Amino acid sequence: MIWQFDIIILIFLVITAVISLRVRDLLSASMIFGVYSFLICLLWAEMGAVDVAFTEAAVGAGVSAVFLIATVFNTNRRSSD
Amino acid sequence: MGMRILGFIAVFVTGALLTYGVADFPKWGDPHSPANAGEVSTYFIQNTKADTHVPNIVTAVLADYRGYDTMFETVVIFIAGVAIMAILRVLATIPPGHQPVQYDPRKKIAYDPIISVTCRLIVPVIQLFALYVVAHGHHSPGGGFQGGVILGASFILIAITSNLRSALRRFSEKRFIFIACAGALIYSGFGLTTLLFGRNFLDYGVLSKIMFDTDEVMARSHSMLGVEIGVMLTVTAIMFAIYANLSSRGALRGGL
Repeated sequence: MIWQFDIIILIFLVITAVISLRVRDLLSASMIFGVYSFLICLLWAEMGAVDVAFTEAAVGAGVSAVFLIATVFNTNRRSSD
Repeated sequence: MGMRILGFIAVFVTGALLTYGVADFPKWGDPHSPANAGEVSTYFIQNTKADTHVPNIVTAVLADYRGYDTMFETVVIFIAGVAIMAILRVLATIPPGHQPVQYDPRKKIAYDPIISVTCRLIVPVIQLFALYVVAHGHHSPGGGFQGGVILGASFILIAITSNLRSALRRFSEKRFIFIACAGALIYSGFGLTTLLFGRNFLDYGVLSKIMFDTDEVMARSHSMLGVEIGVMLTVTAIMFAIYANLSSRGALRGGL
């Protein structure tokens, strides 16, 4: 575990989490949520939990981002709040 | 405005308490922490190799020692898929005047040939890799869940790059419901077979009696592969079912 690398990932995690909550465009919100999942996946891999990292990359970043985007296309793209 | 301040206070206090709680955590990678030096994990670390001949302890714990837990994880995914199908396909009514995103064969603007040809070339590679992840789960990270998600994602890729109709031609609704049920039944079937031989549910060692040329140890290893294949079938089918229903509002026509 390299703590400098950790700090960078954690800072980007907070940034992507805040952006995906604040952004009005739901499509970009779901894309940034995928980025968030990839950062979490990096964090798992770097801590040695490779199985969890693999699951996070496949499920969190891959398929759930696609599910969110498929749902956004069937609703309004702009968030109302 | 008052609610926002109250909400901020609640979030701030919870965050502060959580940060305070983190201080009591054991150090990262501490060999004496309860998670690493507890009775159960010590048993897993010392005996997995002798019990099952599986080098990847995570897979052995997931599919053998805690097979019961994993069986119901598979059932949870199955139920989630069935619930989404029930809500979108049976209960939902499409509002009048709603135009779904339709595939129009006369207008080929949305379906770029470069994208569709590239994906047609890459889909077999993805599927082969998914099967590798499942079959190699004993030795490297991976297993039924990850391989199943990757395999399901390859069908989703077909649906995105060409259209939902051609993906459903390869993997129709009847077929994915059948495969999802078959996966869950394969897993529980392994458990029931061990019951028939008079052992505990999912105690695979006894299956060496019906497998060729195996002892109890290798029977556990092989049964783990069988169980992972069951998980893969369910996860693959459910992932594609969720996508197909979400992208077409349960109509299974048009769609992305």
